[in-house]
Amino acid sequence: MGRYVLRRSAQILLTLFLFQTLLFVILTAMPGDVTNQMLNNPDVPPAVAAETRRALGLDDPVLVQYGRWWWNFIRGDLGVSYSEYPEPVVDIIRERIPRTLTLFLTASLVQFLVGFALGRVLAWRRGGLFEYGSTIVGVMFYTVFTPWFGLMMIFIFGARLRWLPLGKFLDPMLWSQAVIPGLEGSGSKGNYVFGRLLLTAGLAVMLWLVMVVITRKMPRRRRLQTLQLGTAGLLVAAIVLWAASDIGNLGWDIVKHMILPVVTVTLVGFGRTMLTTRQTMLETLGEDYIQTARAKGLPESEVRDRHAARNALLPVLTGLIIGLPYTLSGGIVTETIFSWPGMGLTLLTATNAEDVPLVMGTLSFIGVLSLGAHLAADVMYAFLDPRIRYS
Amino acid sequence: MNATTGSLTQSHPALWRIRLRLAWKSLRSGWALYSENPVGLVGLALIAAFGLMALIHPILMATVWHPPIYDPLIGYDREIIVHPSPPTWVPNAAEEITSLSPLPPFRHILGTDPLGRDVLSQLMFSTRSEFALGIMAALVTVLIATTVGAVSAYFGGLVDAILMRIADVMFMLPFIAILIVLSSLFDFQMVHLALVYGLLAGFGGNTMVIKSQALTVKVKAYIEAARVAGGSDLHIIFTHLVPNLLPLSFLFMMVTVTNAIFSEAVLSFLGLLNIRMSWGIMIQITQAAGYLLISWKYWYLMFPAGIAISLLCSAFYLVGRAMDEVVNPRLRKR
Repeated sequence: MGRYVLRRSAQILLTLFLFQTLLFVILTAMPGDVTNQMLNNPDVPPAVAAETRRALGLDDPVLVQYGRWWWNFIRGDLGVSYSEYPEPVVDIIRERIPRTLTLFLTASLVQFLVGFALGRVLAWRRGGLFEYGSTIVGVMFYTVFTPWFGLMMIFIFGARLRWLPLGKFLDPMLWSQAVIPGLEGSGSKGNYVFGRLLLTAGLAVMLWLVMVVITRKMPRRRRLQTLQLGTAGLLVAAIVLWAASDIGNLGWDIVKHMILPVVTVTLVGFGRTMLTTRQTMLETLGEDYIQTARAKGLPESEVRDRHAARNALLPVLTGLIIGLPYTLSGGIVTETIFSWPGMGLTLLTATNAEDVPLVMGTLSFIGVLSLGAHLAADVMYAFLDPRIRYS
Repeated sequence: MNATTGSLTQSHPALWRIRLRLAWKSLRSGWALYSENPVGLVGLALIAAFGLMALIHPILMATVWHPPIYDPLIGYDREIIVHPSPPTWVPNAAEEITSLSPLPPFRHILGTDPLGRDVLSQLMFSTRSEFALGIMAALVTVLIATTVGAVSAYFGGLVDAILMRIADVMFMLPFIAILIVLSSLFDFQMVHLALVYGLLAGFGGNTMVIKSQALTVKVKAYIEAARVAGGSDLHIIFTHLVPNLLPLSFLFMMVTVTNAIFSEAVLSFLGLLNIRMSWGIMIQITQAAGYLLISWKYWYLMFPAGIAISLLCSAFYLVGRAMDEVVNPRLRKR
């Protein structure tokens, strides 16, 4: 397992190298250069323009620029943004990454769980109106135009019914009056609360996994009850912990703003997961061990969940891994529709403002994020399917 | 006729005729399998409906519709004072639309957009370019994916490693991010979008699946026989490997059309493309003019383009799914 992780990490690093090179190629292939915005002013004498270009190193041979590009990337110096001068690009990115991570992880998780559960049930009833109806509904949701659908959701739930907020991730009035002890003046309140939210979620998931591993040896019924009790207990503990702290209402504000984007992404994406799960379940149901399980007298739910669904999980995960770039792209569109100020919206506003350093920096980071997600998914996949490790 | 003089001097039907007959037979059996699933037929019917819509538009423009009013780009209806105006067949149209003279009910079946152009005319005009974009992107994707997959599977070794690394890079990149950046740096029109999309998608996940399929074909006996008979590498790849990969490639074409149309709509909605008219641009104009989220009164601006995108994308997707059952025998219900 360790050797596989090392090998895969090396491959991912190579891919990262190629990706950065691709970005550099785009940068140099661009008509004009980085100083276009600064020096387009006709009042700038051509001698000054030429001198600026030479001082910035834009007259050096391409290979030297390439080496400098890599040296800066490794040191973490991604330049200074034009549209938010004089903020360095790295600081802007560092401010906005937790927001993207929270939304992306929550939405992916919820969408996967819902799609998988529905697909499992769907495969069990073959034929008839139910199957065709759910296929059509799933496909309709899958191919609906996401920006349009997102705006409709905001219209219905935000503007007409006024149940949920209209966009962004916080309510400015609430947050400007909030005081966080220990964070006087310096630091960003948003990142503080986001960091705590991610920490809570991460701890909860780890404790849940520990619980799953511990209860492995128990008989099925007791195990089910223990797991349900444990999950409920974790949720209650998390909520109580947050409600009792000072930043409880701020955390709830963020969660309230996350509801509509997560629901929209789930509705648009669950169709695909559901249909893929159903397909792989159907392929699995033809196997001999399913017949053996039934002959042994196991209840239908156990045959479905313990035998068929587990083996159907792997191709679904493959499909998810293949669909990871689409999920990230969808994340960018979602952030734009709901004005969620994360990496995606930053990329779009920077592109519109022709802020080249910020665009390149954001794209680098989105690439790194995508590759990191890929590595995590590959490792998890190797953990679940031993055949992968030994190939 | 003497039994000894026989087939050696008799003429056979030409080779191309035999091939044609075989192709027709396989087409017939494929169609029988395909039409078992009503889902695929629904998809095909939808595609045919959209194709009809695209074909009717020039006819309408030449005969029934008066170009200065109905042109999808520069038309303007001067009879109506306030644009956007609702469809003219709506029950209380007389109160809704302020016009210089009473209008016939079929004047604007889907109303007019904020710039005074007929919505139905725009919808039909865009269908043509959406089809062209989808098919072009699909062709480029399939061309690249099949060739790269077949070459990489056939040669193996270093060529395979390099091509797979490149495929990895393209595969893991988020499309929209790259397209956003590229469209801001370069001037993007329909053709460029189709090419770039085909390049990114062709090199991506499609290549890997086609390569694994090509690997299963490569070990078959007739490939070895062809090599022994003296076939060059190029000949074996293009005459033996590629035709076996075509069903799978055709399947990918369908999915690629869906994604290409979808990506174009998203980019047009964000205002990043230099295309004259498309469904994404219709939605974008509605949003820029501020009519998208006001009230249900403007349903004729909110719904037609979005529904058209959804229907066409789902049509191609359904066709792809139905073809999946033809290509992959394990999924059939027997």
